[in-house]
Amino acid sequence: MSFERIIFYAFAAILVYAAGRVVTARNPVHAALHLVLAFFTCAGLWLLLEAEFLAIVLVLVYVGAVMVLFLFVVMMLDINSAPLREGFIRYLPVGLAVAALMLFEMVAIVGVRYFGPDQVAIPARHPEGYSNTAELGRVLYTDYVYPFEIAAVILLVAIIAAIVLTMRRRPETRYQDPAKQVQAKKADRLRVVKMSAEKKQ
Amino acid sequence: MPLETAEYLLALPEIWVLGMACLILVLDLFIRDDSRILTYLMVQATLVVAALITLAVQVPEPVLAFGNTFISDGMATLLKLFIYLVTGMGFLYARPYLQDRGLFKGEFYVLGLFAMLGMMIMVSASHFLTIYLGLELLSLCLYAMVAFNRDSGTCSEAAMKYFVLGALASGMLLYGISMLYGATGSLEIAAVASAIGAEEGSSIVLIFALCFIVVGLAFKLGAVPFHMWVPDVYHGAPTPVTLFIGSAPKIAAFAIVMRVLVDGLGGLVADWQGMLVILAVLSLAVGNVIAIAQTNLKRMLAYSTISHVGFLLLGVLAGTPDGYAAAMFYTITYALMAVGAFGMIILLSRAGFEADELEDFRGLNARNPWFAFMMLILMFSMAGVPPTVGFYAKLSVLQAVIQVDMVWLALVAVFFSVIGAFYYIRLVKIMYFDSPTDEAALQSNPGLRAVLSVNGLAVLGLGLFPGGLMALCSAALL
Repeated sequence: MSFERIIFYAFAAILVYAAGRVVTARNPVHAALHLVLAFFTCAGLWLLLEAEFLAIVLVLVYVGAVMVLFLFVVMMLDINSAPLREGFIRYLPVGLAVAALMLFEMVAIVGVRYFGPDQVAIPARHPEGYSNTAELGRVLYTDYVYPFEIAAVILLVAIIAAIVLTMRRRPETRYQDPAKQVQAKKADRLRVVKMSAEKKQ
Repeated sequence: MPLETAEYLLALPEIWVLGMACLILVLDLFIRDDSRILTYLMVQATLVVAALITLAVQVPEPVLAFGNTFISDGMATLLKLFIYLVTGMGFLYARPYLQDRGLFKGEFYVLGLFAMLGMMIMVSASHFLTIYLGLELLSLCLYAMVAFNRDSGTCSEAAMKYFVLGALASGMLLYGISMLYGATGSLEIAAVASAIGAEEGSSIVLIFALCFIVVGLAFKLGAVPFHMWVPDVYHGAPTPVTLFIGSAPKIAAFAIVMRVLVDGLGGLVADWQGMLVILAVLSLAVGNVIAIAQTNLKRMLAYSTISHVGFLLLGVLAGTPDGYAAAMFYTITYALMAVGAFGMIILLSRAGFEADELEDFRGLNARNPWFAFMMLILMFSMAGVPPTVGFYAKLSVLQAVIQVDMVWLALVAVFFSVIGAFYYIRLVKIMYFDSPTDEAALQSNPGLRAVLSVNGLAVLGLGLFPGGLMALCSAALL
């Protein structure tokens, strides 16, 4: 067994374990952390496939940004996941049966018979000094420049839509206006009342 | 591969609309609320110029550009022109409604322009990636527009349903496309078509891909059994948004059905024909029968849309050039009818009052005979009563179906159309033979009144002289 293969199986085993723990972990923070582990090992597998750009992006974007945000939300919201798990054992047989059936169906249709090594040629190894990132950039800005620009427009629309839907005046919300606060004078807040002294009764 | 200037020229309509949408988005920030009409005028001017550019850059023969992701051909040109027309009418009808409710904001029109850009991209896509991205651009804008009235619970609910089911449909479509890529090794529509042609028989993976793609398209079209979102979204969305969703996107959806099923998967016609037969028959049955039970006009029109989608699919599944031309004619004229029908709801609505119940049209003839007559034309056209255009559209689709020896299918379609005629004619009865309960004046916006009249008369005029548009549709598909 070559060293590469050993690495593959090690990573694959960790990936399956981590993915399983994401679903079964009782504590949502543990589940999120296992998802981070799953992403890391997945990035390792992609490195083995010479897709180093995707591997780095997975770590940077998913682990670095998305999962951190996710962890923040999970820690702040104090989700009680116990009610969600009620009946886990009761529904387990049905769930397993459905999952097994779906797995069987998918394998029967999209398995090795149609996408195995004898159907699809094994990709050749890239020469030394080949840059995945440079190649991707080249294709993105030439062959796929039109879809690339459309994707940019979609992101712009997502920003516009988010602002349209969330930025509005809500009368019940209280705002601070620092400019107004700074301009407040003594006379606005303090009233000096003149009155004659009174004798204690 | 360096890009040529000529390629950018072909996509000039898209580039213009994108540029103007971004410009209007920024300029709108500097416009005060009481002169918001400037934004509206800029948007309408954008549409007019876009139409002129589209006419100027049209090409006699289909031309591919941008690494075969973009196609400019007769179908793209014709459908784009009608998308501009229908969108422009939708924006015009929307204005008084939005003004009455304090929703007259620039973002509505900017999102509308971006949605239209999505439709244009879908219409002239020659690559599955472009089709998918155009569809997402359109859907994303529509989700936001449905939720535009943030203080209304029904709007948010409709938007949520639309978003979840739309995302599911996109997933289905994308899964099918990925399978297709695995089976054919390309995502270019022409390359996919030749890869399928080279294969003898159809492999099970291709059928698998086809199933998912047809399901995804059926979701987006709103064909039964993937129609669950249609009534709720049509009912819940603000009326101008319902008008927008119900009209122009149908034209774009027709275009991607043509590009994907006919141009790309034309080799599998024997397989998708059967699927479309099921979708069409179910759509005709469910749409027409359930519409009878509706008391809300927007819901009724939603079910009527479902039944019209059935007719559209009938034209496509005939699998002949005549059938495609008939389906295209049907889609374009349906978009015009839908715009008019929802425009009538806006005409009868006013601040704080939605005229979306059938009861609200009671005695319209006594209140305003002219617009009662317009509504009569629109309803007769949807029902398919001659001499309106709806009759001719249905006739040409049925002709195409009979030509390929599927007489039983034509009989089913006629049967359900007759059932469907009941609820259209019931509305006519309510307008003409019941006495009015609501005496309030209609919307007085002169633009709305004028265009709605032209809209109604066009439905009648196209019915009397359908030859011109039909010839355009046939020529566009060559």
